[in-house]
Amino acid sequence: MEASKTLRPSVARRLIVRLLGRPASLGDAIFSRLTLIFALSLVGILLTMIVILNIDAMPAIQKSGLSGIGSSTWNPVTEKFGALPAIYGTLLSTAIALILAVPISLGAAIFLAELAPGWIKGPASFLIEMLAAIPSVILGLWGIFVLVPFVRSPMETWLGDHIGFLPLFHGPPFGVGFLAAGIILAIMIIPIITATSRDIIGAVPSSQSEAMLALGATRWEAINGAILPYCRSGLLGAVILGMGRALGETMAVTMVIGNAYRITPSLFAPGNTIASKIANEFNEASGDVYIGSLVELALILLAISLIVNVLARLLVWRMTRGVSENRE
Amino acid sequence: MLRSTLKRKIWLPVAGILAVILLVAGCGGGGSKSETPTTTPITTPTPTSTMPAATSLTGAGATFPAPLYSKWFDEYNKLTGVAINYQAIGSGGGIKAITDGTVDFGASDGIMSDAEQAAAEAAHGPIMHVPMTSGSVAIAYNISGMKSGELKLTPDVLADIYLGKLTKWNDPRITAINPGLTLPNSDIAVVHRSDGSGTTYIFTDYLSKVSQDWAAKVGTAKSVQWPVGIGGSGSAGVAGQVQQLSNSIGYVELAYAIQNNMPWAKLLNKAGNYIEPSLAATTKAAEGVSLPDDMKIMITNSANPQAYPIAGFTWILVYKNQQNQAKGLALARMLWWAIHDGQKYTESLQYSSLPNDAVSKAEKEILSMNYNGQPLITR
Repeated sequence: MEASKTLRPSVARRLIVRLLGRPASLGDAIFSRLTLIFALSLVGILLTMIVILNIDAMPAIQKSGLSGIGSSTWNPVTEKFGALPAIYGTLLSTAIALILAVPISLGAAIFLAELAPGWIKGPASFLIEMLAAIPSVILGLWGIFVLVPFVRSPMETWLGDHIGFLPLFHGPPFGVGFLAAGIILAIMIIPIITATSRDIIGAVPSSQSEAMLALGATRWEAINGAILPYCRSGLLGAVILGMGRALGETMAVTMVIGNAYRITPSLFAPGNTIASKIANEFNEASGDVYIGSLVELALILLAISLIVNVLARLLVWRMTRGVSENRE
Repeated sequence: MLRSTLKRKIWLPVAGILAVILLVAGCGGGGSKSETPTTTPITTPTPTSTMPAATSLTGAGATFPAPLYSKWFDEYNKLTGVAINYQAIGSGGGIKAITDGTVDFGASDGIMSDAEQAAAEAAHGPIMHVPMTSGSVAIAYNISGMKSGELKLTPDVLADIYLGKLTKWNDPRITAINPGLTLPNSDIAVVHRSDGSGTTYIFTDYLSKVSQDWAAKVGTAKSVQWPVGIGGSGSAGVAGQVQQLSNSIGYVELAYAIQNNMPWAKLLNKAGNYIEPSLAATTKAAEGVSLPDDMKIMITNSANPQAYPIAGFTWILVYKNQQNQAKGLALARMLWWAIHDGQKYTESLQYSSLPNDAVSKAEKEILSMNYNGQPLITR
């Protein structure tokens, strides 16, 4: 029995050494290979997703080619599908959400990280993170029953009465539409951007602001001049995180965006995002071209998200390179 | 101090879990009702072989009849012990599932297209549309001061509203058919379905029949390119939009309109009568109309003088030549029960029962179900 006990580990050890090379210890070898597998599997999932989406979208791509992306029709009867209004809707609703959310989030983050007294910091941060935990379906229902009537009147009626001549505020006050969708998306991404930015601002070494204050700067000048430039790339990353959520958000947007497949340059107009179009129609879609067109929309959304993230990475890289060059 | 914090740490989650369990058990216990099983014998046809029928079946498809099917399969299980699992994944999903053969029967609110039928028949042989019940589409509106049934609409006016040609409520064409009503001078807010659905199929089929413009520009499908209007998700979504938006018009399943007390319009039917949507008027739409043997007929714009014009069947899709004798037998018996005894459950759930002509056609279809050429059941 003693002999077999000592035999087995050494056989296993020899096998592993042959497979994995000479590690510092068996545990380390297994750990490093296991984590490598996990990392590779994530990449694998992304690649598999892209491949399968491409295969399923093939019937639609073959039928209409790339011109399908530029068209505005969505006709299941004649099987002519175009992606332009959905892309427009996705980008517009995300833009509105960012315009509304970024000032609020950054302001809140600066307040929580720099200006808030200690007894506010904890509960306020907790509450903001709770906002992030609300499921999007519930926010969507709140949107239908509370936000949309509010947006319809007083918001849209007031805006329409006073600045309705601007094409941006043109049209009947439906309530549902890009404005409501943008507001709900803003509510959803504020917690993400705030929490991440607060951590980033909090990680700035206090020597930076202390130096500014020692030179006679006001509180605001210290924040604006020393802290914010230091963590610019991190803040940009937080905003990109929020934008990523806004691009793909489905349920809440579907409920308040009005579901009209048209490009209208007005905030009051109903529209569609890629996510809401897919969520609405995928269940009952039948026929290879129809389903293929919906999958093609998904591919386009994936491409938009990837492009946005790559651009953000490049921007961050340029900014950090600039900062580190200045430091030297 | 340590013991007390430890106690709190243990007892708090345990108490929480106990509370959740009690809550769930309470909800579950309170929800189910004990029903005395009916003592009347069910109309069962005679099976043609002594082989026992299967005790479980699966089906998938339309969401419109899902509440009715749910009730049916529950009752049928109590009577016969056959367990039927139905997944309401949508008509499109149901057609796909029966074509792939992953379910025993499919369900659809719309007729299978030629391509879909060809695909299914290539896979498993001839497939039949067996009607189960019918439903209708109410035209709901929200005009302040106007009650249900006050507004009258003609087919061409309705089509032009949805085409975007008629944009104001007090348009002369609408006021002409509604003398005595003061219609507001405001834009008509058109609401349609944003998701694909059998309700849209029935509505667009009706509009295609009554308006050549609609047939040319838009057509009939579960999901179409709407010229104007905003979309609500599901009949509930459309109902919600219409109720919130003043001066709006939308189409919803009759059940939603009834349950939410929504004002609906009277429609001029083919025979020249203004009819309100109701269960009786829906059944009338299929009565006295010549029904084809394969029951692939849309009963919109029915010629029956008391029919509501926007009505439609919902079908269960089954293959004529069953591959499995036990399952085929169980399926045939279940369908037979559904079109006879099952019809008594329709009204309380706001579905219309099948008229006699439709029942006899459906009977012929079920009797033609066979295994290896041998019919599965006889009368």
